[in-house]
Amino acid sequence: MPIQVLMPALSPTMEKGNLAKWLKKEGETIKSGDVIAEIETDKATMEVEATDEGTLGKILIPEGTADVAVNTPIATILADGESAADLAKAPAAPAPQPKAAEAAPAEAKGDAKAEAPQPAAKAPAAPVSETLPDPEIPAGTEMVTQTIREALRDAMAEEMRRDGDVFIMGEEVAEYQGAYKVTQGLLQEFGARRVIDTPITEHGFAGVGVGAAMAGLKPIVEFMTWNFAMQAIDQIINSAAKTLYMSGGQMGCSIVFRGPNGAAARVAAQHSQDYAAWYSQVPGLKVVAPYSASDYKGLLKAAIRDPNPVVFLENEMLYGHTGEIPKLPDFVVPIGKARIARAGNHVTIVSWAMGMSYALKAADELAKEGIEAEVIDLRTIRPMDTETIVNSVKKTGRAVTVEEGWQQSGVGSEVAARIMEHAFDYLDAPVARVSGKDVPMPYAANLEKLALPSVAEVVAAAKAVSYR
Amino acid sequence: MATPKKTVAKESGQEKAGSPPEFSREQELKALRDMLLIRRFEEKAGQLYGMGAIGGFCHLYIGQEAVVVGMQMALKPGDEVITGYRDHGHMLACDMEAKGVMAELTGRRGGYSKGKGGSMHMFSKEKHFYGGHGIVGAQVSLGTGLAFANRYRGNDNVSVTYFGDGAANQGQVYESFNMAELWKLPVIYVIENNRYAMGTAVSRASAQQDFSKRGVSFNIPGRQVDGMDVRAVKAAADEATAWCRGGNGPIILEMQTYRYRGHSMSDPAKYRTREEVEKVRHDQDPIEQVRNRLLASGLSEQDLKAIDAEVREIVNEAADFAQHDPEPDPSELYTDIYR
Repeated sequence: MPIQVLMPALSPTMEKGNLAKWLKKEGETIKSGDVIAEIETDKATMEVEATDEGTLGKILIPEGTADVAVNTPIATILADGESAADLAKAPAAPAPQPKAAEAAPAEAKGDAKAEAPQPAAKAPAAPVSETLPDPEIPAGTEMVTQTIREALRDAMAEEMRRDGDVFIMGEEVAEYQGAYKVTQGLLQEFGARRVIDTPITEHGFAGVGVGAAMAGLKPIVEFMTWNFAMQAIDQIINSAAKTLYMSGGQMGCSIVFRGPNGAAARVAAQHSQDYAAWYSQVPGLKVVAPYSASDYKGLLKAAIRDPNPVVFLENEMLYGHTGEIPKLPDFVVPIGKARIARAGNHVTIVSWAMGMSYALKAADELAKEGIEAEVIDLRTIRPMDTETIVNSVKKTGRAVTVEEGWQQSGVGSEVAARIMEHAFDYLDAPVARVSGKDVPMPYAANLEKLALPSVAEVVAAAKAVSYR
Repeated sequence: MATPKKTVAKESGQEKAGSPPEFSREQELKALRDMLLIRRFEEKAGQLYGMGAIGGFCHLYIGQEAVVVGMQMALKPGDEVITGYRDHGHMLACDMEAKGVMAELTGRRGGYSKGKGGSMHMFSKEKHFYGGHGIVGAQVSLGTGLAFANRYRGNDNVSVTYFGDGAANQGQVYESFNMAELWKLPVIYVIENNRYAMGTAVSRASAQQDFSKRGVSFNIPGRQVDGMDVRAVKAAADEATAWCRGGNGPIILEMQTYRYRGHSMSDPAKYRTREEVEKVRHDQDPIEQVRNRLLASGLSEQDLKAIDAEVREIVNEAADFAQHDPEPDPSELYTDIYR
């Protein structure tokens, strides 16, 4: 029976791609390993190799076709002895796989630190909830649509143009153009002096970055993921965060540590962890965890300019998502200010980073039942904008926190404590915490989904604190 | 089992050739004065610790003075110095004021870190001294970063990064070696081999006891140096600074030295014999070596006593200041966390 060639998932977050070019013609013989086509993803152009042998029977998707969904049949291959007449016997396209998890899969992952193509599950829809305009953006500003990946790159490029002391170092940031393509084009613009590929030595290069910062430079240290920064945590805390204090104010450290944080997808316990609570405990550090594309850009620019060490937590699941970014020559979002992403009077939902996707969807669900949730995007975990939280709780009398990290000593626990300290008399119900479950992240798709918070859990918690 | 080293100054270093170049009288006098300052300072710090005026950990540098003094004689303004927690000698050698260092030891507002850093955490941007680091080995990556900044800026400064034989076994040291050679960073790694990492003899902790060879897999050259002879240190430092300033990348200097006191003030030092300490003191003391040469060259005991008196006065003033300077204002608790 003829074999169908399907549109491959060339990175785990890929949902669709462009069929750039066919390198084989109908009727041509194909051997296993032959490059048969070129496919463009949002990050790169990749070659597709044949895994079966035979003759290219029919091209189903012509070259130049854009946005071909993963798993769409793109060609058929005839085995020896088969002819074009057999094409009709080709099986129908496979039924879509059951949606494994709400969360999307990771991109480059694994200790091999290689970008191994894996079958992609469905990524969450881009944030589409109606959110309030950001007060940082002047009314009437022209907006451009960009991916968060592009927003991060532009933030770094703008700051590097502005200040010659800013440079970026990390694994694969230069010639590979970033393991997640966040640093795409920076090497070409700024050269190898300022865009520096490091060996795989997180502890060492974090220390080198801190030393360079003590000498007055402004490094951006990229960790391929924050999981790997565990090797470097001593330099981040003991050297970067404490030196200003220990030197009586003489020697500070203007440095940004950045990279993807939190649960990826299907990469299991060692590669799926949220470090917001860990770093937020440390005086001397600032901890930023944005959600929207414009915050990604504006806060990264603020982080690079900040004279203190900043832990900048990104989400790889969001890199490919698009958002509106103000077209301003110098758009900077101040660190330490939360944003009311959605206004409401009935219950306050406090979240940040990926947790916002659950919070905003839950708010949509709650609205259908007549509960108007006010959703606060913390954006900065440390210093925490207590005032915005407390003001909202004074209005609503009820609060729910949402985070992907663990509950014990989590950021939600801190938010709950502050609400208790500053708004106890306004509370009509105990604060509820929705969080990742108290387990290492499992691999199996169903267990992984259970380990993460869900929209349903947020909805249930909001109803519970509303006694509904 | 590896055999412990018999003498501090090993005969068979990678490039050991006869005695080091002679010092001029001026150099001898400077070396004597600077080493004496460190010794008297450390003796006083030990006393103040015993009186309870200094708290916490206090790691004295007595015995190792020739290392920092010899190194410093080869440096130029702008060269950075960074070290671990046995750092008082390095600060004095960098020309930081004895008063400020001592007041930091006593936790007073006039200390280099306003009393908030203590013995192991002092800095002086003005004197290019980058600490004072309490985590064993951390300063090696940081010092490599200082060298990175020099290369980034295209200046000809050299980062002098000190660490001990114990720290030399830390993983990040080798991560740093790799990057330093890969990027040809101007850094001198000075391994102060005082033969004991706290209570563990080098032979019990180190598979390769020739620390000058610790950079071999990274193509970093190394030298073993008699760290008790300030002239040998200076000569090695001259070579190393020239190597770094010439754009050749990092170099390792293993300084074979010895600390007379315990690891810290609370160390009874049961891991070595009193005889061992006495023998080094008697045969190799870095200050005595210079004194003897100066006396042989015609200076009198009286001349040398005058130097000792000047140094003692500096140290006494520092101790007096450090005990009478007020503690930091309580409001300092919350300053210097962010800029």
